[in-house]
Amino acid sequence: MSNSAGGVDVTTFGEDPRPPTSKTQTTPGWLAIRVRRYLPAVAIFIGGLAMWETAVRVFNIQGFLLPKPTEIATTFVDEFPTVVSAGWFTMKEALGGFLIGSVLAMSLALLTARWTIVRDGLMPFAIAINATPIIALAPIMNNWFGVTSPLAKMSIVAVIVFFPVMINMVRGLTEVDESTIELMRSYGATPLQLLTRVRVPNSFPFLFSAFKVGTTLSVIAAIVSEYFGGSREALGIYISQQAALFHFAEAWSAIVVASVFGILFYLVVALVERAVMPWHASIRTITD
Amino acid sequence: MSKPAVAISAVDKVFNEGSPDRVDALRGIDLTIEPGEFISLIGPSGCGKSTLLRLIGDLLDPSTGSVAVNGKEAHQARLDRDYGMVFQAATLLEWRSVLKNVELPLEVMGVGKGEREARAREMLDLVQLSDFHEHMPWQLSGGMQQRVAIARALTFEPSLLLMDEPFGALDEMTRERMQAEVLDIWSKTGTTVVFVTHSIPEAVFVSTRVVVMSPRPGRIAGLIDVDLPHPRTVDTREDNRYYDKMTEVREALRGVEGT
Repeated sequence: MSNSAGGVDVTTFGEDPRPPTSKTQTTPGWLAIRVRRYLPAVAIFIGGLAMWETAVRVFNIQGFLLPKPTEIATTFVDEFPTVVSAGWFTMKEALGGFLIGSVLAMSLALLTARWTIVRDGLMPFAIAINATPIIALAPIMNNWFGVTSPLAKMSIVAVIVFFPVMINMVRGLTEVDESTIELMRSYGATPLQLLTRVRVPNSFPFLFSAFKVGTTLSVIAAIVSEYFGGSREALGIYISQQAALFHFAEAWSAIVVASVFGILFYLVVALVERAVMPWHASIRTITD
Repeated sequence: MSKPAVAISAVDKVFNEGSPDRVDALRGIDLTIEPGEFISLIGPSGCGKSTLLRLIGDLLDPSTGSVAVNGKEAHQARLDRDYGMVFQAATLLEWRSVLKNVELPLEVMGVGKGEREARAREMLDLVQLSDFHEHMPWQLSGGMQQRVAIARALTFEPSLLLMDEPFGALDEMTRERMQAEVLDIWSKTGTTVVFVTHSIPEAVFVSTRVVVMSPRPGRIAGLIDVDLPHPRTVDTREDNRYYDKMTEVREALRGVEGT
């Protein structure tokens, strides 16, 4: 390469980068690798259901204690339109609350980055409230917004999602490498530039781990707050009513729907995470 | 003819003044660095060499005394972007590609996209990373990351380059190659360099002058001119004069450690 006469002898730069991980690698063994990775989980799932079914039959367990998986499956198919629409009704409460809580939490976190006094004043309370069982407020929210109003459920979900999101984002905005801050100062960067170029992107990993926790929390919060009363279209109401009528296969079908919606929500957030921060260590090690 | 690149006079630096944790980091520092010099600051751990570098860069304020860069107060020099900074860790933003990392200082300064990119590409050519523009930092080795950091520090053509143990985390082979490379860049750009290190061979190989510092409170215990010819090559490392200079620095350091 360029060896200027006035310079020094610089000829060899033989360092190889670590091989970039390719996400779309289609080597012959691709399918085999996937099968090998997911086979244990699939086997355990099927094996577990089989054991469940066998145990109920062999020990003659009563249906109101534990229905057979096949019975749940049959009921699930029969009740499919009902449970899915109830599930979607509840999911909308979870999504709405999740959005409201997240947006408020992120806005407040950004304010704390601008005014540290806001952070010093709010963080102790945020951490304390985060450690309290907010779901206990559900009857009160029902009272405030009306038992059948989705808004009552959304507000519980929003409160539950708010605190982890805010706490994590504040951490992400604050826990920036000291030399990165010195570096930005050396460029004469303004606080706003430091925020947008460094602090905000630095907070993404923190934020997404809070979002992922938030997906599960929001579905739980929506259903549990419905147990305290709600619209007849809601999944939580469906579950509690069917259970009260000893229709346990119906209740279990609804629980399956709740878990499928919860998992889907989580997966969507995980996919967004991948798209937003493919550079992060937690993501790049997943791709092989 | 021109003003000194750095003029430090009667500088003390005390941390936690008036508290039981008071630390006298630097005392009575006088140092003038001429444009185009390559200065190393060397001394035992805790002698305040990194502190001195941060005073020059206005990342810290002196407790007493004054620091001038290019005839201006250090603070003004920082706002005028008179110096580029390289740390021991490359401190690349992990969410930006190599090219975008190198563009960062220009982005902060409000340089337009086209010019920014052209300048960044030019600098990456200079540090021989032309083929790695779109790579992400984690895909690079430690030595390559540090070269990106150097390219980033040079994009806005600062007259002064401040380097804080830039090769401290690298293996010996890479380190020697990087020393040669930074000398090459120095000779091409004419930038004044202030270089903190705790390695005697490194200090002697790269510098035109070595500043030997004493343990806390850090003082300047000796100034050693390194008149080895340029360009310095692999052969320089086998030159007797190179060994003589290392001995001279080593003895100066031994002298201060006794006190």
